[in-house]
Amino acid sequence: MPESMLLAAAAGVVAGALAVGVVVLLRRLAVQSKELGTDAERATYETLHLASRAAKHLRGDMTEADAARAARHLRSMLGADTVALVMTGGPVAVDGDETLVSVAERLADEAVGTGRPQVERRVPTPSGDADAAAAPILADGVAVGAVVAFAGRVRAGLVRATGEVAEWVAAQVELGELDASRAALAELEVRALRAQISPHFIYNSLNAIASFINTDPAKARELVLEFADFTRYSFRRHGDFTTVAEELRSIDSYLKLERARFGDRLRVTLQVAPEVLSTVIPFLSIQPLVENAVRHGLEAKEGGGRITIIAEDRGAFAEITVEDDGVGIDPEVAAQVLAGGTPGEHVGLRNVDARLRQVYGDEHGLVVETNVGAGTLVRMSVPKSQPGRSAASVDARSGRPAEPDGRLVP
Amino acid sequence: MSPAIGYAAIVAVALVSVLIGFYGLRISRTTSDFYVASRTVRPWWNASAIGGEYLSAASFLGIAGLILLTGSGGMWFPIGYTAGYLMLLLFVAAPLRRSGAYTIPDFTEARLESLAVRRVTSVLVVVIGWLYIVPQLQGAALTVRITTGLPSWVGSVAVAALVAIVVAAGGMRSITFVQAFQFWLKLAAIAVPVIALLIVTGAVEPELAPAQAFPASDGPGALDAYRTVSLMVALLLGTLGLPHVLVRFYTNPDGPAARRTTVIVLVLLSVFYAFPTLFGLLGRAFAPDLATPGDADALVLVLPDRLLPGVWGDLLTALVIGGAFAAFLSTSSGLVVSVAGVISQDLLGGSVRGFRIAAFASTAVPLVVAFATEPAGLAGSVGLVFAFTASTLCPVLILGIWWRGLTARGAIAGMATGATLSGAAILGGALLTAAAPAIRPLIEQPAAWTVPIAVLVTVLVSRADRRRMPRGTDAFLARLHLPERDRG
Repeated sequence: MPESMLLAAAAGVVAGALAVGVVVLLRRLAVQSKELGTDAERATYETLHLASRAAKHLRGDMTEADAARAARHLRSMLGADTVALVMTGGPVAVDGDETLVSVAERLADEAVGTGRPQVERRVPTPSGDADAAAAPILADGVAVGAVVAFAGRVRAGLVRATGEVAEWVAAQVELGELDASRAALAELEVRALRAQISPHFIYNSLNAIASFINTDPAKARELVLEFADFTRYSFRRHGDFTTVAEELRSIDSYLKLERARFGDRLRVTLQVAPEVLSTVIPFLSIQPLVENAVRHGLEAKEGGGRITIIAEDRGAFAEITVEDDGVGIDPEVAAQVLAGGTPGEHVGLRNVDARLRQVYGDEHGLVVETNVGAGTLVRMSVPKSQPGRSAASVDARSGRPAEPDGRLVP
Repeated sequence: MSPAIGYAAIVAVALVSVLIGFYGLRISRTTSDFYVASRTVRPWWNASAIGGEYLSAASFLGIAGLILLTGSGGMWFPIGYTAGYLMLLLFVAAPLRRSGAYTIPDFTEARLESLAVRRVTSVLVVVIGWLYIVPQLQGAALTVRITTGLPSWVGSVAVAALVAIVVAAGGMRSITFVQAFQFWLKLAAIAVPVIALLIVTGAVEPELAPAQAFPASDGPGALDAYRTVSLMVALLLGTLGLPHVLVRFYTNPDGPAARRTTVIVLVLLSVFYAFPTLFGLLGRAFAPDLATPGDADALVLVLPDRLLPGVWGDLLTALVIGGAFAAFLSTSSGLVVSVAGVISQDLLGGSVRGFRIAAFASTAVPLVVAFATEPAGLAGSVGLVFAFTASTLCPVLILGIWWRGLTARGAIAGMATGATLSGAAILGGALLTAAAPAIRPLIEQPAAWTVPIAVLVTVLVSRADRRRMPRGTDAFLARLHLPERDRG
């Protein structure tokens, strides 16, 4: 019978796999017990391991769940029957006998109030009397909570250990605060790095507009409106992110103003895949690249030149390239600029590079291909998927209706 | 039918696909006008592109073959393939677009804040992609065998090699306009022959009398209720998890555009599926001899030449072959791009070289599977892939969007359960039905029991794991469901 043979074969395979699994498991157990070392070594390892596992839950904003998990590890560390972790004005977690919450809170209050360890004998519990030791958690000299340990009979050893654990918890809480302030600092750095509109540009634009007021008032009016649009986008305060489409629109305004000075010497080619238009990018991250190309690539070149802006769909990434056929940059200078040296020249590139690295990690920094006289190509690659970030629209506040394709009506 | 037509049509479609794959963007989007450059894709274009990527060998060849073979029972397939987009419209399209995620692994990782969930989802996406490429390659093998007389492996290898090389070289990056063009090509390639054949057959006496060709016993009422329900569950819910379709929604600028796109997809697909169905009915009346499991799928390719010998028949045949190849190429390249993207991002660090390796790997594996398995009807095998998708990704996607309580462990448990059950039913089906013939329908159409079990496991494990609910759940769900305008 072929079916029964197949079934027998399947059963055989399963049984074989099980047997192999059991042998591997047993071997592992045997090897492990030999490699673990002496009792003292094992105790050290155990304590450090518990400490590192508990530390994870003590840093940052502690929730009830975090406190509960930390309390479990603390109880194993102390070897107490019940351990309570009471954060003033925060979560309270009891691991072990949950009925001791009120006692633990009272003892914690005392410890926090006096700033000293407390010991209380013969606390009535459902499973007979127990002793309790409480130690305050002093972070930066301020009591932020307490560790309370319950055991059948509290000896000096447990009291001291509770004190040490409370001090260790305090160190973790301080570290967590340090993490938070480091994150806040990084965010401030991004804010500070946010590209600023250059004074040169304002001066040049206003001059260019002034020169048209008598000769071509209609054009002057149009340029003033472009200037208004561009500054509204650049000066906005809310939101650190935008979309490729909005950034392109601000580049359009920017280039119209520059063209008032350059005239036909400034030519532009665009090749934008519509798939990446809605990709979220840091606010003002392409415009500085274009400005760099105009200012340092084409302005110095006789007869002007061409800027090519390409946005391509690369699967999970959007790749944006800004290229000019201007005078180029000495590669060593470019490397220095990106490394953070020589401020002043090409500050826009440095700024965009720093922000991209800050937001997406070091592998997403700018790639610059250039040489003297060979033009400059600057490339950035941004992940399409950014579920945590949404582009703050320029229109969100003013409530101006956008046309169906998202373009503003002037 | 002379092999020259087959060669000419296949080479022409392959060449055109490759060329516009490489140069499409340059031709369509080089401008100096910012207004033109920042114009987003209109829902019409996007919907056509989704149709272009979605309509595969199963739609183009399989449905007509299945109707020829089984009668009106086959008509459930086009209904299910289309109505899946209704589910997408109701439950997934707009929230998924608002999430800002690009792929399903991106979505599950962001929703459940867990890397483990991302890994499991990625593995499933890769498996589903591979399973879905297999019928495309088998369809290519069949087309090449019937139209040129070459051995059938040539077709699979040619399509696989072409897709792998072009995708690895950076072309055919699912450019919206290219895929949209593919949809209209496929529609024309099947609509024109059908209309021509209907005009011609007006004067020809059918081989079978209508009562014989469409016996009452093959009517919709003759179908097993369980099988039909189960098939519908698979097709309706399976569409939600297809990786190459979902990435298309990212091209929509916002949630409402995603919804409009889905509505248009529904219309376009409804129009398209009328034609393969008509092909099947014509086949039942005029070519009943083709109704054998191996050959039925070739009906669309053979019928024009039979009913209309001569130059016109040859031209129609060339058109149909071209459409079929466009279907194989566009669907498999879309799938290979998706699968290779996931593999390179999660395993190979997201480098260009990694993507190339992944592109070759993600065509080689389905090619081996295509050789190793017996083609069992294109529409049917795609139906099984839908069942697998419906029992794995669909519960996580829907619960992730609509239920606060989902946790990472629940999602993993649900996906593992769904994958094990439906995978066992698909792979071990022959073995199990041989051992217990009574459960045959349950094994052949597993979705009706695997999907509920997967959902149940997901919900129960999530409930038991309530403490680990991700912290950002409320914020994330608010983002999914609040209209963009009110977000400020």
